[in-house]
Amino acid sequence: MSAATQTVAVTGLGVAAPNGLGKDAYWAAIRTGTSGIGPVTRFRAEGYPAVLAGEVPGFDAARHLPSRLLPQTDHMTRLALAAADWALADADVDPARRDAFGMGVITAASSGGFEFGQNELRKLWSLGSQHVSAYQSFAWFYAVNSGQISIRNGMKGPSGVLVADGAGGLDVLAQARRAVRKGTGLVVSGAVDASICPWGWAALLTSGRLSSSDRPERAYLPFDRHAAGHVPGEGGAILILEDARAAQARGARVYGTLDGCAATFDPAPAPGRGAESGLRRAIELALDDAGAEPAEVDVVFADAAAVPALDRDEARTLRAVFGQRGVPVTAPKTMTGRLYSGAAPLDVATALLALTEGVIPPTVNTGPDPAHGLDLVTGRPRAAELRCALVVARGHGGFNSAAVLRAPR
Amino acid sequence: MTGRRVAITGIGVVAPGGVGVKPFWSLLSEGRTATRGITFFDPSPFRSRVAAEIDFDPEEHGLGPQEIRRMDRAAQLAVVAAREALTDSRIADAGTDPCRTGAVVGTAVGATMTLDREYRVVSDGGRLELVDHSYAPPHLYDALVPSSFAAEVAWTSGAQGPVAVVSTGCTSGIDAVGHAVELIREGSADVMVAGASDAPISPITLACFDAIKATTPRTEEPGRASRPFDASRNGFVLGEGAAFFVLEELASADRRRAHVYAEIAGYATRSNAYHMTGLRSDGAEMAEAIRAALAEARLAPGDIDYVNAHGSGTKQNDRHETAAFKRSLGEHAHRVPVSSIKSMVGHSLGAIGSIEIAACALAMEHHTVPPTANLHAADPECDLDYVPLTARGHRTDTVLTVGSGFGGFQSAMVLTRPRRSAA
Amino acid sequence: MPAAFTLDDLKRILLEGAGTEEGVDLDADILDTPFTDLGYESLALLETGGRIEREWDITLDDSALADAATPRGLIDAVNTHIGTAAA
Repeated sequence: MSAATQTVAVTGLGVAAPNGLGKDAYWAAIRTGTSGIGPVTRFRAEGYPAVLAGEVPGFDAARHLPSRLLPQTDHMTRLALAAADWALADADVDPARRDAFGMGVITAASSGGFEFGQNELRKLWSLGSQHVSAYQSFAWFYAVNSGQISIRNGMKGPSGVLVADGAGGLDVLAQARRAVRKGTGLVVSGAVDASICPWGWAALLTSGRLSSSDRPERAYLPFDRHAAGHVPGEGGAILILEDARAAQARGARVYGTLDGCAATFDPAPAPGRGAESGLRRAIELALDDAGAEPAEVDVVFADAAAVPALDRDEARTLRAVFGQRGVPVTAPKTMTGRLYSGAAPLDVATALLALTEGVIPPTVNTGPDPAHGLDLVTGRPRAAELRCALVVARGHGGFNSAAVLRAPR
Repeated sequence: MTGRRVAITGIGVVAPGGVGVKPFWSLLSEGRTATRGITFFDPSPFRSRVAAEIDFDPEEHGLGPQEIRRMDRAAQLAVVAAREALTDSRIADAGTDPCRTGAVVGTAVGATMTLDREYRVVSDGGRLELVDHSYAPPHLYDALVPSSFAAEVAWTSGAQGPVAVVSTGCTSGIDAVGHAVELIREGSADVMVAGASDAPISPITLACFDAIKATTPRTEEPGRASRPFDASRNGFVLGEGAAFFVLEELASADRRRAHVYAEIAGYATRSNAYHMTGLRSDGAEMAEAIRAALAEARLAPGDIDYVNAHGSGTKQNDRHETAAFKRSLGEHAHRVPVSSIKSMVGHSLGAIGSIEIAACALAMEHHTVPPTANLHAADPECDLDYVPLTARGHRTDTVLTVGSGFGGFQSAMVLTRPRRSAA
Repeated sequence: MPAAFTLDDLKRILLEGAGTEEGVDLDADILDTPFTDLGYESLALLETGGRIEREWDITLDDSALADAATPRGLIDAVNTHIGTAAA
């Protein structure tokens, strides 16, 4: 098998999600359709036009991380460091016992350590420049999670950071797969994001895509006739990727293999022009990369923007590729809110757990608009024999990414 | 898709000293400096008060009113540089497939200027903890998530293939180009518009570098403030800028008889896994990145004609990197000219890696090695040939450029002069 | 004249600004223990120095921070700046 087609396996999952801290708590919530969306508690959001969020529950950073790391890290970096620890433990990997240059860290980001940055900006403008922390020089920048994870775990191999809004979470898994295929034995990848703070809220609101509902069960309704934006969330997933043969040789548990990846970009927007988006190309390129026919796909994890035009475009694309109601489609992110760069890695983790357990987690709260022509799995989880999953992720501005996962052979 | 080689066929630069490749190269080849006392805002509260600013009027460089309104300055610099690269490459005449064209933008700190300015407004000068979102500008989301920069460059390039931002701190500019090269080699794209941009000269950036004493406190003679490898150096000078490239598959570049500046023959990145800002003095991980880049290019240390150093002008960096050169290049480290253009254009964080790749390609074009300005008496621990003060005519066919950044990233890239491919 | 800068002040500021390394007890006799042995590298000391400067309204020379290898050294340097005798 040539390096370019060498199979890459996922052997460890670390999850920090609004409806469950840790893989097991998350999966238990997901299978029972338990949502983590509720009123914002991280700041007083009552006065803003959006008041709901998916916040990660019960995370006591001091319990999971050394106190030396706390003053220099944003909330999202703490979550990412903990999730990386759990993913490595889940993969039964002790980084100290491996070649340092044979391990890399490739994570996605969207807004960096935004809350940390907010606090330092506040000090700058209210108290003066001398009040800005020495840690501001890196705690808020986009590369911080890859840097901190590599330092904590002694990983000196190829590392990186990609930003492509929500699509970046899949792009980094593709990049991790490249690194494994080029000879790096193990890559820590995925993303954890969080910007639930007043300054983050002000910026998120300008996207025009936040739901203004104050009812958690009515706020994020992708593919529903009442779709009117999404609920922001925090968290994500960190995954361990390895060469599949090496994983097998060391007796690792393999959740599944990352067999297809692709990324495309929409044509430039122009007033009055309804050009076809690049989503269909992304899906078809990813299927082609995996050597899969559409009929092989057993379940699709949708991007599920809950913005009517975007829902229509995604539904039209899925119909074009798979046919009318041609494949079960789900959006478990209706239980977490949209996690920006963290969403797609979490969807990949969810898809891998679904393949393992033979159950499709539901899309909650949504009553699908029949006009979309989707077989949306709603209400209850659906038992199914699952061998192959497609995960779709999109980003503000026109980013489309897709990934094809298969159950271990 | 094995054996695909990647060429630079277009270059665009917006750097301190002038907008465009021409003023950039005259600055470097004449050994002039573009560092000055900060004019963007009152720098008097800060420890470091010099920077390498660009006199940049977006309208003069073809940006429309809506583009100017929605884009952060770093995105504006990116788009202007990308357009120069596209024009230079004449790629529009080649009829390339938009779906086989992609874009990658490196940036370390994204839309810092917008975020700094607008936070001040929505918080009413930091008074409001619960900021007033009704004062937020309509495109603030594009500042929150810097992938908007990649979208802008993709729109200006007509790219509909893979598009992303690479953000690995101060190695972003090398890593963005390295990522684009990989996408062409593996067959995900045939043409990539890739480069990097940062416009970090704002109060929050100054404040955070003040806090770690990374920037120079030197205020007298601002034009002489950036002094890589000099015994008197005491920190870097913040800069801003952008450089972009049209990268394409070498055989197809040859088929359309495009001007090929250089082939990107090798690239690698490693992490020091040591410290977010600190460097071990042995340079082991940068040396490993250099070795890996040379191996990918199938070259030996002795093949390198010029080394473009990271050369930021901090005490720890210049020693770290001198050690890395000795470790990876052996005896050849003492023979090969090494220089830092940060002495002239400052350190534009994520952008500088791409600006330095542009300098390398132009050094090959002109067989001229740019100097390290302001280097009068080298630190005894920095004992290589740093090409002090004046540019040097020098046969330059193979170049190594390196970068080192917060987060521990260490990157290296090798550029070569390709023989015409068989096509 | 402001109060002298004491070991307790330093310990509090270190804890707030940089936490403590696992296995290090700041309540032990640390006055002459090198900062590196206490798990504090230059970045932690820069943050610590910044906090001291703000709280005591002084400006430490670059060398004062760089040269202070132990808590005693830093306390002495700070007290020199605030113009009181070392405690």
